[in-house]
Amino acid sequence: MSISITIDGKEIETEEGETLIDVAADNGVYIPSLCYMRGKPCLGTCRVCSVKVNGNVMASCTVPVADGMEVSVADPEVADMRKALVEINFSEGNHNCPSCEKSGRCELQAVGYEVEMMASRFPYRFPVRTRDHASEHIFLERDRCIFCQRCVEFIRDKETGQKIFTISERGTGAQIDIDEELANKMTPEQVTEAAEMCPVGCIIEKGLGYNDPMGKRKFDIKSLRQRTLEGEEV
Amino acid sequence: MNKPVKEDETLAHHLPTTPMDPDVMAARNAKIQVAMIGLCGCWGCNLSFLDMDENLLKLLEKVNINRSSFTDIKEIPVRSAIGFIEGGIANEENIETLEHFRENCDILISVGACAVWGGVPAMRNVETLEDCLREAYIDSPTRPLQQPPTIPYHPDIPRITKKVYPLHEVVKIDYFIPGCPPDGQVIYKVLDDLVHGRPFSIPAEINRYD
Repeated sequence: MSISITIDGKEIETEEGETLIDVAADNGVYIPSLCYMRGKPCLGTCRVCSVKVNGNVMASCTVPVADGMEVSVADPEVADMRKALVEINFSEGNHNCPSCEKSGRCELQAVGYEVEMMASRFPYRFPVRTRDHASEHIFLERDRCIFCQRCVEFIRDKETGQKIFTISERGTGAQIDIDEELANKMTPEQVTEAAEMCPVGCIIEKGLGYNDPMGKRKFDIKSLRQRTLEGEEV
Repeated sequence: MNKPVKEDETLAHHLPTTPMDPDVMAARNAKIQVAMIGLCGCWGCNLSFLDMDENLLKLLEKVNINRSSFTDIKEIPVRSAIGFIEGGIANEENIETLEHFRENCDILISVGACAVWGGVPAMRNVETLEDCLREAYIDSPTRPLQQPPTIPYHPDIPRITKKVYPLHEVVKIDYFIPGCPPDGQVIYKVLDDLVHGRPFSIPAEINRYD
């Protein structure tokens, strides 16, 4: 059913039940996100796509649009909330962009630029986390994991459908884990898919890194905003 | 330690200086005063400052750089409008210098990854200080073997802090320019906006963390 909503005061015609973040992108309004992947089920873990819907703050990847919805993306209060969420991610792990293999192709970094983050308002924690080198083709740089759960939900064993990545423990003890046996059965394509799906530099394909020079990396060529607005799969 | 000066010896900096032309001096003092320093960093952000190329000339019409490694002036001579600080906080001398800048500058700008969040030196934050010193001075494969392993400790050597801190966790910082190093043109944009009193921003297209 065709319905009408407003985003930042602009009237938009759309279909009922569409996801708000997609509707916004299709109409030229960029909403940053770290866990949502267009065409895949929503995870709602990162909350970076928070907007005001009829005055309430909601993660726009979790909201099916309904008639008469009044959405505010540019509202300074909610824009600052999104920025704060990105800043939390930077202060919670060790995000050393100058030395990271994923720099220039990293969604967290690209979203940081989009929300105009300069420094984190939260104290940098410098947590001590161990790396996991056990599996043959993948290593986990846990310093960088933001617990988006993309890999947990979308990367599964081809035969059994079992999860390859899991999050163990809870709270500050939470960490991303990899099933070594299932990981070693992954095809090279699936390894690349997992590494590219990771919005940070946590899942790293062994033997790869720094392949493109500065200025020729993914988000140097075309920004995350442009890619999202053009409906490209990021 | 300084070499003792013999009575009949004249050092270069003891030579009589020609007094500065009063008009030039007055013109310099009328400009916006900028003080610069590199703390625990690699000085790359200062080099990046030079990378603004011909824009440096435009900038220097408006500002006068007093304390900086470019001018070799070791103290902030007059109250300055802008303090340009590179590098993080890794020892007591860094804290002292940073506080001196805060007291003598109206605006402080944190420049580069080290100043903004600790940068490469902050990679030691996940280790204990004891381990870092042991690795560098006791177990180091390049330590001079003829000498007993020693961790340098002397009142003349600034004491190292347990962790490396970003500047804004020590004093109030007004503006940040991320990047490792930030592009020269980004530094120019920020300084140019500031000296012309324009609202300050680094748009996504030119903002870099690496």
